Amino acid sequence: MKNSILEIKNLHVNAKEKEILKGIDLKINKGETHVIMGPNGSGKTTTANAILNNPMYQKTMGQIIFEQEDITNLKTDEIARKGIFMSFQLPEEIPGISVTNFLKYAKNKTTMQPVKVFQFKEEVKKYMEELNMNPKNMERSLNVGFSGGEKKKNEILQMLILNPKLAILDETDSGLDVDAIKTVSKGIEMFKTKENSILIITHNTKILHSLKVDYVHVLVDGKIVKTGDQSLAKEIEENGYNKYKNI
Amino acid sequence: MAKTNLKEINRNIYDIKNKDEYEFKIKKGLTPEIIEEIAKQKNDPEWMKEFRLKALEVYNKLELPTWGPDISELNMDEIATYVKPKTKINDSWEDVPEDIKNTFDKLGIPEAEKKSLAGVGAQYDSEVVYHSMREDLKKQGVIYTDMETAVREYPELVKKHFMKCVPVTDHKFVALHGAVWSGGSFVYVPKNVKVDIPLQSYFRLNSPESGQFEHTLIIVDEGASLHFIEGCSAPKYNKVNLHAGCVELYVKENAYLRYSTIENWSKNMLNLNTKKAIVEKNAQIDWVTGSFGSKISMLYPMSILNGEGAKTEYTGISFAGKGQNLDTGFKVIHNNKNTSSVVNAKSISKNGGKCTYRSLVRINENAQNSKSSVSCESLMLDNISISDTIPVNDIRTDEVEFSHEAKIGKISDKAIFYLMSRGISEEDAKAMIVRGFAYPISKELPVEYAVEMNQLINLELEGSIG
Repeated sequence: MKNSILEIKNLHVNAKEKEILKGIDLKINKGETHVIMGPNGSGKTTTANAILNNPMYQKTMGQIIFEQEDITNLKTDEIARKGIFMSFQLPEEIPGISVTNFLKYAKNKTTMQPVKVFQFKEEVKKYMEELNMNPKNMERSLNVGFSGGEKKKNEILQMLILNPKLAILDETDSGLDVDAIKTVSKGIEMFKTKENSILIITHNTKILHSLKVDYVHVLVDGKIVKTGDQSLAKEIEENGYNKYKNI
Repeated sequence: MAKTNLKEINRNIYDIKNKDEYEFKIKKGLTPEIIEEIAKQKNDPEWMKEFRLKALEVYNKLELPTWGPDISELNMDEIATYVKPKTKINDSWEDVPEDIKNTFDKLGIPEAEKKSLAGVGAQYDSEVVYHSMREDLKKQGVIYTDMETAVREYPELVKKHFMKCVPVTDHKFVALHGAVWSGGSFVYVPKNVKVDIPLQSYFRLNSPESGQFEHTLIIVDEGASLHFIEGCSAPKYNKVNLHAGCVELYVKENAYLRYSTIENWSKNMLNLNTKKAIVEKNAQIDWVTGSFGSKISMLYPMSILNGEGAKTEYTGISFAGKGQNLDTGFKVIHNNKNTSSVVNAKSISKNGGKCTYRSLVRINENAQNSKSSVSCESLMLDNISISDTIPVNDIRTDEVEFSHEAKIGKISDKAIFYLMSRGISEEDAKAMIVRGFAYPISKELPVEYAVEMNQLINLELEGSIG
């Protein structure tokens, strides 16, 4: 038990009064990388949002335990401060706040410690180089006018800087070209340690080519219908989801 | 520019009421006898007394505006139009009476003067209590003084310009202003003199059930430049206070004037202010305005681009909370070729507050090859607040470039969730979004005012969650 970081128990979630998740169970241990795969509309993004307790989604049943603590109904910012991060499928554009100020502020809020400016700058610089990011973007308004690829890289940059215990990556690979996927995968590899856990949510398998994962879960119509290892992803790549749709 | 101690400001400072002490407070209401008494108290020259009486006649003839916010609660019989504080004009803060000085100390005015201003004027109720300017500017012939002194010492300049840009017939409250005006600042910048550090006047209304009617007259002569800042505040009383100031700006050929305002009147104030600029050939006026206070504001600064190639920019933000109705905007008249105007207006409303952007762009027949671009954006923080845009565009020639863009939106739940997912509380997330929205305006303000504006936004947002 002591290695468990996240445990989801019989989670039911509604969005706009319609039941999307119909009883999900999932356990992630420290240092593990899990993948939730599934066709469009199966409830993948809902799962990510439910963990962060987005008020636009309502939990009707079930529990979410993070490091032995019930976080089901905590506020989003409290959950973030516990050490859960989510990379957004469509990161929001926030005019008037520079990336660098936002990062510094978020770092300060999640760690609840003053940010050491010099160290912070060095760290940001290092990661931006690794992610092939334009340093000029740091002074631009958060995500405003960023290309799809720039936005996703910016999410990965935030993950590296905030260094959460669990990172949830919601469709981080969608809409990216081959080179950008490689860069993003590199960022995820840098983040992976013995302690950090990752939950990747995706509808395709591109990102899994360059990333080693421990478990693959297949989500169809609000339920996890199969769990396996990396070979399950390969099988789905070849055969699609059809055989799981009528279970 | 160094930061001032305005950083630690909070609303309590604005709300400190000094005892309503005065040397002389005129009877409430408006009659020729009251106007004559004001003229006597102020030692007006004969022409000014006559001017006041004529303005009163105009006032009595004009009707209240039939559009805009309802101001029927204003009863002029209940307003004292002239309150003379117990002091003369001082040129040293040491000589300003303790309680008045304390007020300005807390507002950070003397501190700002030391650090980042070339001159300061401070008005308390109806009279200017402090005025000073750097020596080197005096030597260059710059005049910066209170309006009464200007009437006495520079009669020719004043007579030529006083209420010529804003005639008393403009509207009822301008006529009222003409009859009872008191205090304000007079600035003259001689040809080709560049004043590189701002001058600032601060207006404070302490006395309850009274009005402030300061007159600001600025002449920037050919090739000269100036940045003038005005700040206003008042403590909150239960009864209505009235502000009907008048600002007249003359920007001569090739001159430049930047006029910045931070208005934080208390929320019982009716702010019916009039501001106009006449801009001559290749000259430019830029307005930067932040409106936070007052119960009702009706304020539409106007640029009249008379000279060929004249330019104007307006950058303004208003923030209306509970019980506030801020009806603001910008007017521009293009009266000559190659003139240009750029408007960037934003408004924020919350807790049932109402913001209206009301504007006029008129491009006359003779203003060929002129350009105007207007952008206004509103942000509503909840479902009970109101935002409205009422633009009038009157374009009388084809040879122009004109664009108008209006956006009204609510604060995005998705954006709040995004920020909260980074450990930022809901309150902070909202404040960040609002500050970000206001940033294009706040970056145009002098730095200490930008800090004050962010403080005000935080203050206004406190407790607005849930």
